[in-house]
Amino acid sequence: MTEPTLGKDLLGLEGLTKAQVELILDTAEPFKEVSERAIKKVPALRGKTIVNLFFEASTRTRISFEFAEKRLSADTVNVAASGSSVSKGETLVDTARNLEAMRIDMVVIRHGSSGAAKFLADRIRSNVINAGDGTHEHPTQGLLDLLTLRDRFGKIEGLKVAICGDVLHSRVARSNIWGLLKLGAEVAVCGPATLIPPQVVELGVQIIPRIEDAIAWADALNILRLQLERMQAGFIPSLREYNRVFGVTRERLARAPKELAILHPGPMNRGVEIDSDVADGPHSVILPQVTNGVAVRMAVLYLLAGGGPDWRSGGGGDDR
Amino acid sequence: MPSVTRLLDDSAMARALARMASEIVEQCGGAEGVVLLGIQRRGVELAARLARLIEQSAGAPVPMGKVDITLYRDDLSTIGPRPRVGETSLPDSIDGKTTVIVDDVLYTGRTVRAAMDELADFGRPRRILLAVLVDRGGRELPIQADIVGVTVTSSDDDRVDVAVKELDGRDSVELVRGGPV
Repeated sequence: MTEPTLGKDLLGLEGLTKAQVELILDTAEPFKEVSERAIKKVPALRGKTIVNLFFEASTRTRISFEFAEKRLSADTVNVAASGSSVSKGETLVDTARNLEAMRIDMVVIRHGSSGAAKFLADRIRSNVINAGDGTHEHPTQGLLDLLTLRDRFGKIEGLKVAICGDVLHSRVARSNIWGLLKLGAEVAVCGPATLIPPQVVELGVQIIPRIEDAIAWADALNILRLQLERMQAGFIPSLREYNRVFGVTRERLARAPKELAILHPGPMNRGVEIDSDVADGPHSVILPQVTNGVAVRMAVLYLLAGGGPDWRSGGGGDDR
Repeated sequence: MPSVTRLLDDSAMARALARMASEIVEQCGGAEGVVLLGIQRRGVELAARLARLIEQSAGAPVPMGKVDITLYRDDLSTIGPRPRVGETSLPDSIDGKTTVIVDDVLYTGRTVRAAMDELADFGRPRRILLAVLVDRGGRELPIQADIVGVTVTSSDDDRVDVAVKELDGRDSVELVRGGPV
C-alpha cells in the first residue's frame, strides 16, 4: 500500500492530489486534541528551525503558524519584511541566500507577489510553506476551510459551497476552489461582475450573479473579505451599495431553504460583506475555522518535516 | 523463504491475558487507583481486554486510555515515513495513579520511552508499570517489562506479528524468521 506524502513544499492546493489533501486533513485531526491539553506541546519538531517570513501584514495567519510551530516544539524566528521599497525579486533572492546560510529547516512565506513562494522554494533546500502569495493561493487557509466544512457536514463530497465576494483578487478563493473540487464538492462563486473572473467556469465552477440565488443554492457560504481599496480602484461603486446588493444579512439567510454554514477567512468588515447578526449567529463557523487553522498548520509542518505516513500496512507488532 | 512459528493461538492468548490481568492486580496491590493505557494501535485493544478481565475479577471498572506516541518519537527526521498519527485520550487525571502501559510487542524499548515522555506531559503518576503481550528482546534502552505474556528470543531479521480479533479478525502471535520486514 503506497500512501501519499507531501514532498518538500506546500505551495498551493492546485498541485496536490485528492489523496494528499485528505492526508493533511486526516493528520490534522489528532493535532486538534494537542491544543486541548494542559501542556499544549509535543516534541515532534524539536530542534527544527522555522523562519516566518512575512512580507505582508498578517495577524491571524502569522500567529496561527507560530502557535502551530511552538506546539510542535520547533524554534521559530519571525521576520517581518516590508517589500514596498525594495525590488521584490532581488529581495527574495538575497533573503533566500541568507536563510540558507543560517541553516534553517523551513520557511513560511507570505508575500504580495503571486509565485513568490515557488520562487523561494526553487532556490533553497529548506521546506517552504506558502502562507499567501499575491492573488495566487493561500493553501493552509483553503485546508482549514475544508477541515471546518468536513467537521460540520461529515464529508466534502457533494457539498454545495458558494464563495462570495472579491473572487478576482482572492488567493483564499483560489485555494478553496482547488481543494473543494478535488474533494468532490460543487462550487459556485457570487459577486459583482467586476470581481468575478469569467474563466472560473472552465474549472467547473458556476457563477451565480445574485447573492439571494447563491444562498438558495448553497449548503455553505464562504464570504470573502472585501478589500476596501477595491472601491478606490473602481471595482465597486460604494461599500454601502455593496452591502445592499451582496451583503450576507440575517434577512437574506432567513429565506434560505436550509441552514447554511457561514465561513469567513477574516478579518471581517462587519456591515459590508457580512452583517454582525450573521457573523455571530448560530451557524457561523468563523471561530472554529481559526481553531482548525492551528491544527491544519501543525499537520502541514509535521508532514513536511518527514512525518509522512507509514509505508508498512496493517499488522501489529514490532515497536521499531 | 521466511518461516512462521505460531507463538500464541487464540486460546493461548486468552490464557496469557488472563494471567497478565491477575499479575497486574497482584503487582498493584488491587485494582483501585489503577489506570490502563494502551499504546496505539494493538496495545489499545489489549488494554481494553485486560480492563474487562480485571473488572470481572475485582468487580469495579478500571479506567483506560489510549496513547499515540508518534509525536514523541525521536526519529522523525532520520526515518522519513511515519505511521499516521492516532488518537491520544487519557482518563481525567493520571496524577497519583498506578498507570500500566500496555503494548503488544516490546522490542527496542523506544516506544515505551516515548510513551513515558508523553505521560509526563499529562501528569505525574504514582508509578508506571509496563505490560506487554510479547517480549522479543533486542532492547536499545534500559527498559524492561513488569508483566509479560510470552517471551521469545529473536534476531533483527525476524518479525513478530500480533493479530487481535477487533482489528484483524483473529487472535494470534507469530514469529516470522528471515522474512522481509
